[in-house]
Amino acid sequence: MADAFLKIRDLKKHFGENKVLDGVDLDVARASVTTIIGKSGIGKSVLLKCIANLLAADSGTIELEGQPIARSRRGSGDSDGVTFSYMFQNNALFDSLTAAENIALPLVERTRLKRAEIRQRVDAMLEHLELSASAQRYPGELSGGMKKRVALARALITKPQIVLFDEPTTGLDPERKFSVFEMIADYRARFGFTALLVSHDIPEVFEISDQVAWLDGGKIRFFGPPSDLHIETESALAGFLSKANYGRKNELSKGESSI
Amino acid sequence: MIRTLGKTALSVVHELGEISLFGFGALRAFCGQRHRLSKLVLAIHEIGVRCLPIVLTVGLFTGLVMGLQLYYTLVKFGAESALGTAVALSLIRELGPVLTALMVVGQAGSAMASELGIQRNDEQIDALHTMSIDPKGYLVGPRLLAAVICFPMLTALFDLIGILGGYLTGSVLLNVDSGVYWNRVFESVTWGDVRGGFIKALVFGLLTISICAYRGFNTHRKASFPGVRGVSESATRAVVWSSVGVLAADYLITSFLL
Repeated sequence: MADAFLKIRDLKKHFGENKVLDGVDLDVARASVTTIIGKSGIGKSVLLKCIANLLAADSGTIELEGQPIARSRRGSGDSDGVTFSYMFQNNALFDSLTAAENIALPLVERTRLKRAEIRQRVDAMLEHLELSASAQRYPGELSGGMKKRVALARALITKPQIVLFDEPTTGLDPERKFSVFEMIADYRARFGFTALLVSHDIPEVFEISDQVAWLDGGKIRFFGPPSDLHIETESALAGFLSKANYGRKNELSKGESSI
Repeated sequence: MIRTLGKTALSVVHELGEISLFGFGALRAFCGQRHRLSKLVLAIHEIGVRCLPIVLTVGLFTGLVMGLQLYYTLVKFGAESALGTAVALSLIRELGPVLTALMVVGQAGSAMASELGIQRNDEQIDALHTMSIDPKGYLVGPRLLAAVICFPMLTALFDLIGILGGYLTGSVLLNVDSGVYWNRVFESVTWGDVRGGFIKALVFGLLTISICAYRGFNTHRKASFPGVRGVSESATRAVVWSSVGVLAADYLITSFLL
């Protein structure tokens, strides 16, 4: 992909003797949703953390619009000066702040917006995510689903260019999972951000994905639209998808038995 | 054995260097933060206000005990009139700064190390990074500055209530003339004694809060265990290192001041 928005080349990261990322190449198009799938502990979150600069890669390059990400930390245009947002698997909400304060935190600390404007944006976000009644409650007083939505709101409030979602639906019931995926798709359409997801919710996550990247053995072994997965014959990927129940669901939806 | 001693000494020096850089880095990062005053007020509440009851309680009992012990020692030499001098100088020069620092470490330092350790494990510190908020400036900087403000004030209050405790046992209980007691206090204490106590309090504040914050903040790489056990280990080590640091620094400062 010549005009990739986010371009990763030969990214390597090891922990001791364990080579977690062993030459990852990945191109992410602007305003697309790319989902990284793979077994647990294979390095999906490590890849996201390298992109977000939370972990330093051993070698390789990560470029945003042709610039190394270290130089692209400040966003442009309508993005409140934020390039990346990250939604953590366990939400990473601050216990001493209310839901509204958690959502407002990046705006309060990193922008020069007036208090009234911050409040207006936070209120709008709370309303959209059906959290208005819980605005003044602390994370300890919220259910798992509510915490997810607060974390999602905090990730989106700064209108970032890229949002990294680390298993955004872990611990949610099927209805809430669908609702979170719907929100991601809805917000992507509204704000035009680029989304990079790590998810185990196969095949539900494919509904909102433009591209799927399968990470295995430290490399991206498959990259393409979800529709190409059913013709994929690579035995390890087929085995992984089969275990993830994709084959059966795909058969039901397509009337085929190709995996 | 010499090799082990050498390795330990080098690792202690390395750790002290890291702690110093951590502390300076946090203070510098705090200068670039927004809403500094509100963060500082919260930190002063955490370190100053919350520690006040325990500091006053320990100060009072220390003064009461010193009044008793010193009276029975001085009376053997017929010098019980020097009770005010002995209590005031011991507290202002030595016991006040040291015991105040140890109390604050026990109350606020251990809580801070645990809180930062949990925030590290819970990825809240990483979350600040992703929001382009410097975690050291946001979480540690205000606490260090609050320590600079609170430690001397708490020490002063400890000294005052300790001297009052000495008066209660010496004059009210053991009949040392109250005029003589207070006169000796005012006569013997010089500005140099008070300044020395404040210098110690400032150094102890920066040292202990830096150590506690450093241990908690770096739980993921300093503790031997992950998760809850790691946080518990960080809090314990924070208190132990801070306490030893206070006593070692006390010796060094005293040797320079005397």
